[in-house]
Amino acid sequence: MTDAAVLLAANDLACRRGERMLFRGLNLGLEPGQIMWLRGANGRGKTSLLRLLAGLASPAAGRIERDPQRERVYLGHANALKDDLTVTESLRFLSRLHGFDTAPAALAAALQRFGLASRRDAPVRTLSQGQRRRVALARLCLAPPRSLWLLDEPFDALDVEGVAALNLLLSEHAARGGSVLLTSHLLLTLPSPTPITLQLDEVATA
Amino acid sequence: MTPPPVFSTVLGRDLRLAARRRVDALLPLAFFAVAVSLFPLGVGPEPNTLRQISPGVLWVCALLAAMLSVTQLYATDQADGSLEQMLLAGGSAFSAGIAVALAKAVSHWLVTGLPLVLIAPLFGVMFDLSGRSIAALCASLALGTPILSLLGNVGAALTLGVRNGSVLLILLIVPLCIPALIFGSGAISAVESGSSARGHFSLLGALFIATGLLAPLATAAALRIAIE
Amino acid sequence: MAMTMRFFTYASPPRFYALAGALIPWFWIAALVLGAAGLWIGFFQAPTDATQGDAYRIIFIHVPAAWMSMVLYLVMAFWAAIGWAFNARLASMVARALAPTGAMFTFCALWSGALWGKPTWGTWWVWDARLTSELILLFLYLGYMALVNAIDDTRRADQAGALLAVVGAVNVPIIYFSVKWWNTLHQGATISATAAPKMAHTMLTAMLLMTLAFWAYAFAVVFMRTRAIVVEREQQTEWVGELVRAQGAQ
Repeated sequence: MTDAAVLLAANDLACRRGERMLFRGLNLGLEPGQIMWLRGANGRGKTSLLRLLAGLASPAAGRIERDPQRERVYLGHANALKDDLTVTESLRFLSRLHGFDTAPAALAAALQRFGLASRRDAPVRTLSQGQRRRVALARLCLAPPRSLWLLDEPFDALDVEGVAALNLLLSEHAARGGSVLLTSHLLLTLPSPTPITLQLDEVATA
Repeated sequence: MTPPPVFSTVLGRDLRLAARRRVDALLPLAFFAVAVSLFPLGVGPEPNTLRQISPGVLWVCALLAAMLSVTQLYATDQADGSLEQMLLAGGSAFSAGIAVALAKAVSHWLVTGLPLVLIAPLFGVMFDLSGRSIAALCASLALGTPILSLLGNVGAALTLGVRNGSVLLILLIVPLCIPALIFGSGAISAVESGSSARGHFSLLGALFIATGLLAPLATAAALRIAIE
Repeated sequence: MAMTMRFFTYASPPRFYALAGALIPWFWIAALVLGAAGLWIGFFQAPTDATQGDAYRIIFIHVPAAWMSMVLYLVMAFWAAIGWAFNARLASMVARALAPTGAMFTFCALWSGALWGKPTWGTWWVWDARLTSELILLFLYLGYMALVNAIDDTRRADQAGALLAVVGAVNVPIIYFSVKWWNTLHQGATISATAAPKMAHTMLTAMLLMTLAFWAYAFAVVFMRTRAIVVEREQQTEWVGELVRAQGAQ
């Protein structure tokens, strides 16, 4: 019997890459308000697991259950930005694509949160890696309040301020009842809530 | 919750990107012009010969121009992660794929196909086609170039990230374009020789409808395969 | 129900490997016997044609080869689609094994068509509906083989190939119709169930025998190729390891 409050649950999940099995028999469950930190050595399947949960790939075995009322927001390793568009145009594209708010005020506020207000009309081409990552993250500000966030290395290339802004955003999101599943090779410094850890190194391969 | 406007969002972005890179967008047209001009040089300037071969020459060059310009449709989007985001948009994964496929086909046609239709009369005159033939030329290209864009999309999605993708795409998709080539150039030849092209145009139209309905499905399936 | 269950157990690679291995010699024998009979009747027993003389006899290779090339494409598309839809590994392997044989038959049909054309129409090649469609079919086969070869990930290659094969199969009737529309020089279908047969009884027999011979040959070769693919793909498994050890001991 499925629990109506189950946000995300995976049962006996297996993932294949090419001819190899990355992992098998993986179970996870995520509740509203939780932040899960996916850890593991390189090549253990962190990105693959996120993509499975996001719906980009089908698992080799097992089931994924999720609450269909909650939006899934996936942030991949790549920023999904086009060099020839301006920062605002890029954000508007990504926002509109997923049905988020595209009002100019909302977009400006999102950029403001990540310290990019001054670069609003600059082409993405002129931004540094860290700034581009911030633009990609700004989309999260526009996401629905109780959504499930699947973030692949969100802290990548961010400086101290960027990390602080993201930490704040994640905490607020969890406090409002949303959930986050993220990978990070750096130690998380979130004030609250304390993230639960899922250690992929401990999951069997065969 | 209303489904997000994936089709219009992707189409709008692609058109905006093409506008920012106008030179890149015009390259297929330049290719078409050069390729068409090669034929008189290779075959000889005799007007009757040129008039006879022109429907085929114009159509083949349009086909090749379309195929050469279609390879980049998905490659850059996959490289920078935009393709994943586009396929995650909307209600179901499959409907997002179809919307993306349609948007890409339409944007490719607007940027490559429609200009071809507009400059074709110029080349019709170069080959000494009659006025009615030139009208038939434009009509057949107007119906045919969307078919080429739709089929090209299927090929681009199938060969996404594959070695030698562009040449492979041509080998895969050109055989599928042959019916359109036959009906399209046949229509012009029919008009030029004075007979009715109605049969050709109805077949071309039927092909256009069938391709429009089925090709996006195939493209969406191919994208799904490529993204996994 | 029992029959379907038995059928699906042969969908496992090791069982298929064993079964195919047992059947292959019989297919070769059948191919040789039927082929010899068909060629003998066709080349020596069938009467000389009123209009084309003896040169028409190449038809006993050309027509069966053309049929095989078209049928094998559909079979290939079918198995590839099954492999994709049901994640059935063996089905995908069979599809890959079918492609080169289908391409070979297409090439045979083209080459024998040219041999038929020279004495009949005076040229080695004519752009008539049948031959041109065969040429396009050859391109479709080559395209499939090129695509599955170009993708390194076997699973993705199988799936992409299946999609391409299905798209091609849907297009084959359209292409054929359009090419026929384009040119109708080729001799009308010489074997038809409903129309009055234009061919003598012996000719039909020879044609039938050759078709069956080609089918047996196709089974033999495709089974052999599939076995090779099975061993290559399953090389990490237990049963292949045992097979290699057993072969080494011989």
